[in-house]
Amino acid sequence: PPAAAPAAPAAPAPPPAAPLSAALSGPFPGGRVVRLHPVVLASIVDSFERRNEGAARVIGTLLGTVDKHSVEVTNCFSVPHNESEDEVAVDMEFAKNMYELHKKVSPNEIILGWYATGHDITEHSVLIHEYYSREAHNPIHLTVDTSLQNSRMSIKAYVSAPMGVPGKTMGVMFTPLTVKYVYYDTERIGVDLIMKTCFSPNRVIGLSSDLQQVGSASARIQDTLTMVLQYAEDVLSGKVAADNTVGRFLMDLINQVPKISPEDFETMLNSNINDLLMVTYLANLTQSQIALNEKLLSL
Amino acid sequence: MASRKEGSGAAGGGFGASKGKGKTAAAGDSAVKQVQIDGLVVLKIIKHYQEEGQGNEVVQGVLLGLVVDDRLEITNCFPFPQHTEDDADFDEVQYQMEMMRSLRHVNIDHLHVGWYQSTYYGSFVTRALLDSQFSYQHAIEESVVLIYDPIKTAQGSLSLKAYRLTPKLMEVCKEKDFSPEALKKANIAYENMFEEVPIVIKNSYLINVMLWELEKKSAVADRHELLSLASSNHLGKSLQLLMDRVDEMSQDIVKYNTYLRNVSKQQQQKHQYQQRRQQENIQRQSRGEPPLPEEDINKLFKPPQPPPRMESLLIAGQINTYCQNIKEFNAQNLGKLFMAQALQDYNN
Repeated sequence: PPAAAPAAPAAPAPPPAAPLSAALSGPFPGGRVVRLHPVVLASIVDSFERRNEGAARVIGTLLGTVDKHSVEVTNCFSVPHNESEDEVAVDMEFAKNMYELHKKVSPNEIILGWYATGHDITEHSVLIHEYYSREAHNPIHLTVDTSLQNSRMSIKAYVSAPMGVPGKTMGVMFTPLTVKYVYYDTERIGVDLIMKTCFSPNRVIGLSSDLQQVGSASARIQDTLTMVLQYAEDVLSGKVAADNTVGRFLMDLINQVPKISPEDFETMLNSNINDLLMVTYLANLTQSQIALNEKLLSL
Repeated sequence: MASRKEGSGAAGGGFGASKGKGKTAAAGDSAVKQVQIDGLVVLKIIKHYQEEGQGNEVVQGVLLGLVVDDRLEITNCFPFPQHTEDDADFDEVQYQMEMMRSLRHVNIDHLHVGWYQSTYYGSFVTRALLDSQFSYQHAIEESVVLIYDPIKTAQGSLSLKAYRLTPKLMEVCKEKDFSPEALKKANIAYENMFEEVPIVIKNSYLINVMLWELEKKSAVADRHELLSLASSNHLGKSLQLLMDRVDEMSQDIVKYNTYLRNVSKQQQQKHQYQQRRQQENIQRQSRGEPPLPEEDINKLFKPPQPPPRMESLLIAGQINTYCQNIKEFNAQNLGKLFMAQALQDYNN
């Protein structure tokens, strides 16, 4: 059963006894930086695309981990809610259920806050934020601008801070946090692949075969090398001021190609090639062996 | 390990229309020609393995989506918790039902279309996988199993493959008869066990916008793992697994050979017995006594049990997969070595 409440103009009950100010100035781990994984953003955009008719935005819970050095958001799920001019209703029961289910798979993830699509923080957001303060200590609020204001999908994160005159009108202010994107290695590779759909006509790509991958990786290196060459020529011709650090990097780069005598290199190369050829031969042999076995059995 | 999805029989009813379409296709055809995956699903699978899978444990999960013409669209997925001993009363079916119900509330496709599993160096052709996929395909004709190889992915390019059981194998599994004669009749070789379905990845426009945003904001720390020349570690492990399988296969062959030998020995014994019987009967006739009754030969000589052939088929299939992977890996490495040679030549 959703919990409904009339929207009061940004004047919630006085902040809970636990000193919010201490929580903010002191340990927001990692120095007010939120680390975000791309899977969270993809989930948010997907749930926005599947929103109910008439809903202007979707909200949901953010899950992740907190440690001494950082706050990392690794997962999320959307929560059904209803929003109209005067009231907002969030299905907290649903949120609790989903969190329990998610905990069964990843017991380390805790509720970190909530997200909403749209580019503004409305009065309803304040209320929803309050609901979430009961679940998580100092919740994070993430906005993903799916309405593409200024032709950009701006992604911002906030924490709330109390403000106003104590004892009289109190309010809540949302202070921004820096958002950093972090990837696991495999995630980086996945995102690179998925990104390719941006360039194909009907947004569809297939997975490439083995040698094609080597080819595209070397093409990438070629491109970066051309850029570096261009830079070097510009510096030589005086178009760009020389930068010592870049120069040192370039020096390291050149020295990375090891200086070996040609005979040594030949031997190394040949032994490696021989190893690989031998293994390929063995693999082929094994395959023909099992094929033969199959034929013999069916005699 | 994956549970039998009996509850999803209801979901299978929703495919009545497309099932009809599938049946009008040629008898050897499968209903699914292509698998289309959303970028979101790829990211979720990667994350699931990264966070919950260590070493050679497999992580599994359920794929959700729908069937459009001859395409299987996978639009979302959710992970399955791993089995732990202290969770004995954990009800898998209930977890699944609740998850799907909740997802339906937020308009996510709640139709089961398959499942995914991670693999260790390509060793996924096991009895467990066969059984799970069979029960899935039995309930839902178009289901696939997505195999995600995290180690190959970490080396530089996403390794995701979709497999289904061939119709021939489905027939055999339905009968549950894995004796050599049945398999011979069905004419199944290890290559006809699984068929691979091509995968394409599709993203909506909004996701593309988001990806552009990500691209702008994140550091260009491209990891060119793909071009690394160090291959011996990976190759060593793959070969080790291959050797283990070949050992298993040779044991299996020995078992089959002993069975064949037993059968032929028994044939000989039966033959001898019959001959002796006949001789005795002739002797008795010459002496005028009634011939001995013909005893049921089969009761005297019980035929030995034929060993089930499914294991050896699976092992052969696994060996085949290993060999394919190794050859692919080698081809890439040869290319890299030749490039290194070209670079060195240029330097000198």
